[in-house]
Amino acid sequence: MTNEAATGKIVIVGAGECGGRAAVALRERGWKGKITVVGEETLPPYERPPLSKGFLSNKDETSTSGNGDAARFGALEIEHLSNVKVESLNRSAHTLSLADGRHLSYDRLLLATGASARRPSVPGGNLALCLRTRADAENIRSRLLPRKKVVIIGGGLIGLELAASATILGCSVTLIERNDKVLSRCAPKSIADIVETRHRAEGVRFILGAGVTSIEDRTDALLVSTTTGLTLNADVVIAGIGALPNVALAQVAGLAIENGISTNEFLQTSDPDIFAAGDCASTIHPLLDGVRLRLESWRSALEQGERAARNMLGGDVGQGTLPWFWSDQFELCLQVVGLPQTAAATVERWLGPDALLNFHLDGEGRLVAASAVGQLNLIAKDIRVAEMLIVQSARPDPRLLAEPGYRLKTLLAA
Amino acid sequence: MMIGNWIDACAADDIETEDVIRFDHEGRTFAIYRTEDDRYFATAGQCTHEAVHLASGLVMGTIIECPKHNGRFDFTSGKAKGAPVCVDLRTFPVKVEDDRVYVQVDA
Repeated sequence: MTNEAATGKIVIVGAGECGGRAAVALRERGWKGKITVVGEETLPPYERPPLSKGFLSNKDETSTSGNGDAARFGALEIEHLSNVKVESLNRSAHTLSLADGRHLSYDRLLLATGASARRPSVPGGNLALCLRTRADAENIRSRLLPRKKVVIIGGGLIGLELAASATILGCSVTLIERNDKVLSRCAPKSIADIVETRHRAEGVRFILGAGVTSIEDRTDALLVSTTTGLTLNADVVIAGIGALPNVALAQVAGLAIENGISTNEFLQTSDPDIFAAGDCASTIHPLLDGVRLRLESWRSALEQGERAARNMLGGDVGQGTLPWFWSDQFELCLQVVGLPQTAAATVERWLGPDALLNFHLDGEGRLVAASAVGQLNLIAKDIRVAEMLIVQSARPDPRLLAEPGYRLKTLLAA
Repeated sequence: MMIGNWIDACAADDIETEDVIRFDHEGRTFAIYRTEDDRYFATAGQCTHEAVHLASGLVMGTIIECPKHNGRFDFTSGKAKGAPVCVDLRTFPVKVEDDRVYVQVDA
């Protein structure tokens, strides 16, 4: 499909940041045909990361009033159909049916359908709030009033960010986590310990190694029962127990599904005219020895949206960046690049009492991941250099990595 | 151009080569850069995406990368280099005299 084909039609299902980035990137790459972005929310693409952080705790409206891409939809003649669900996909006819009865035809289709919050599958699980959209965040924010008793289920990134935000707002917070430590899925223990200690210092209570067995509505409070036998009264219960990729549309249409909509390294699904990107898609990662992963992260959503756009126009761009995410909790910033769990050894670089950078090396001493926690100004430069070293397949001297006074950037030129 | 506009910000050696420091002046914050070949530049101190201090970020060549979300700017021109940043950074004239770095903050 050439860029000059002004009569062509590209449809993007999903108006999150991935879909928005893809739409704008299509124009930036010269696509002159029609672009339609269909989303179930009323809002154009906006930034989700602040929803569990500044949007809750600082009432920072500006951070989610849209993003740079959405602001350009009008000027770039990108059509946004909001507040409407795509009911079905007919691949042979190249058409989509919308819930309001409309039909769209496409030459190329991008599925950027995102993910949905997983709900607790216990009696009363529907009484737990979940956070995914701005509407969810507004609802949660209206309930996080000073001195309210808040129980958070899940000690992953979202659970901890919610715990920090609720604490900042003056709530009394208890966090329940199934594993015996927090952040077990995404960060090494040394980092999890610093994060947990920081939360405890702010008054967050942890019940670790425990699951929730039921939530009951006792009219004046919610009663949360746990596997330890302990029960808790709560005004608000919020679950942060992961997300499930939105694959129903693709699955019913017969596309290959493999922990999300399955794509090759070019983000192309099992149907060559259909691409998938962002939280809903799993893809091959050439930079990570070809492992298949589905990433739920902001940078990945933007990067894949951009890459899918280029490849829909005939490009062949494989993976360009490593998995990376950040989190903010109180004044602590957490950043992880690469996959620490694949490493054989770890070298610690202490940049302050509560500022730690871990270098994760494979069996041959190659840097494969880095993880850091601390104030942003202490960790940011070093973790970015670490990312570049990973891309270079560098095998840095562990003694230099551990030496906080050593300028890491020197290793890039080596 | 009033001489009073030039503010003595730091010593030339306070900034490492290919690096950046933060400079605060009368309630405003700036980022001052030194290139590999000892040229000096100044921009607004915070990223145009979210209010994050750029001085915590990494300098590579003439690009400053925001420490938070990797938004990139060419600090010699202030030009935003693509998503997530789309608004350019304001730049300010810089001169070096007697090993001191001066920034013209009201330019």
